Amino acid sequence: MHKKNYILSAWVIAGIIVWLMIYHFLQPLTDWFVDSLLGMTQGARLTETVRFFVFEYPKVMLLLLLIIFFVGIIRTFFTPERTRKALEGRRTFTGNVMASLLGIVTPFCSCSAIPLFLGFVESGVPLGVTFSFLIASPMINEVAIILLYGLFGWETALIYVVTGLAIAMSAGYIIGVLKLEKWVEPWVFEVHSGQQEEDNKEQMSLSLRLREGWSAVKEIIGKVWIYVALGIAIGAGAHGYVPQGFMVSLMGNGAWYSVPLSVLIGIPLYSNAAGIVPIVSVLIEKGASLGTSLAFMMSVIALSLPEMIILRKVLKLPLILTFIGVVGTGIMIVGYLFNWIF
Amino acid sequence: MTDIKILGTGCPKCKALEKLTREVVEKSAIEATITKVENVVDIMRYNVMVTPALVVNEKVVLKGRIPTMDELQQLLTLPKDKTYTFPGK
Repeated sequence: MHKKNYILSAWVIAGIIVWLMIYHFLQPLTDWFVDSLLGMTQGARLTETVRFFVFEYPKVMLLLLLIIFFVGIIRTFFTPERTRKALEGRRTFTGNVMASLLGIVTPFCSCSAIPLFLGFVESGVPLGVTFSFLIASPMINEVAIILLYGLFGWETALIYVVTGLAIAMSAGYIIGVLKLEKWVEPWVFEVHSGQQEEDNKEQMSLSLRLREGWSAVKEIIGKVWIYVALGIAIGAGAHGYVPQGFMVSLMGNGAWYSVPLSVLIGIPLYSNAAGIVPIVSVLIEKGASLGTSLAFMMSVIALSLPEMIILRKVLKLPLILTFIGVVGTGIMIVGYLFNWIF
Repeated sequence: MTDIKILGTGCPKCKALEKLTREVVEKSAIEATITKVENVVDIMRYNVMVTPALVVNEKVVLKGRIPTMDELQQLLTLPKDKTYTFPGK
């Protein structure tokens, strides 16, 4: 191993120790900050609102920092080329399952959606399998999972991942069965990419992988810190000031129309997980049911208008509408299911 | 004369790579033509699925990430018949 790798690894280990210390002492630090330093009256509304923010915000940011770093490193092992190779020619349900799972770990940003779509279709990945990937990839991401874990606990995070995967698999499968290739813009099938190079040439060193992990942290944290702050600030305000049970009539278990309504409202609302999860956590606290909230959150994250507009370049409108319809129906089923269970 | 192409559909990362490339070219006085390729069909010719990507003398040398300045300089000044080895190997 290169000497540089030892130094870098030492830095990483030192960083993790510091992280653990801060995370461990966050609650007493918060209490000290709010009660002693600011000298606020315990139990007062404003105090508890401030306490909520001062505790939750650093907690979520700490979790984001750690997980994004490691996910960033894991992602260096999964290039889109390798994912494509694994999916080529897989028609059956196995293809949809694999595509959904690979969607979680393969690096992807919506600005790469078109080249990725073209690259997949062109090399013989079936349309339905490609869709499973395109649904799972943005919906199940580390930011959503960490925020759900941080603000709701691991059970809800797990429910989100499992149901999200189920939607990506089955929606892709249905689109595949419907044989909708006719609604893909014809020029897509005429694209021929250049020589398929072996990509193992780019064998990465450990130090480069660590650097990639760190640059993922800088990039994602730089993008989401403000949304997380806003989301938790709104959450903190509502936590202290909105009366308990406020959301029961609108998003409660009894209102049957709340699930489809949440999905519809969620489509044009374009937010990333960072902004929406803290707000949803307060909706639930104030009486919204889990199923409805889950449906709302999934709709906001998975069905985004800007992505539809990007995809319109390669897909005809009926296919985009089918896509929204199938995924939306899946989300509604999840919503009703969890409203019924809990 | 080095032929440099930056492939990208206009995402923030692609703009960052273009800017960095221009900086490096200017700083190290590399004789080069820099072209930005934004058309998806043209991008696909290079078999690139994640943008941005850097093409030097018609060869894809980097995709999906932004290099450090040193790394980029090395990539741009590489003799035609040599392949780049990543640092730390």
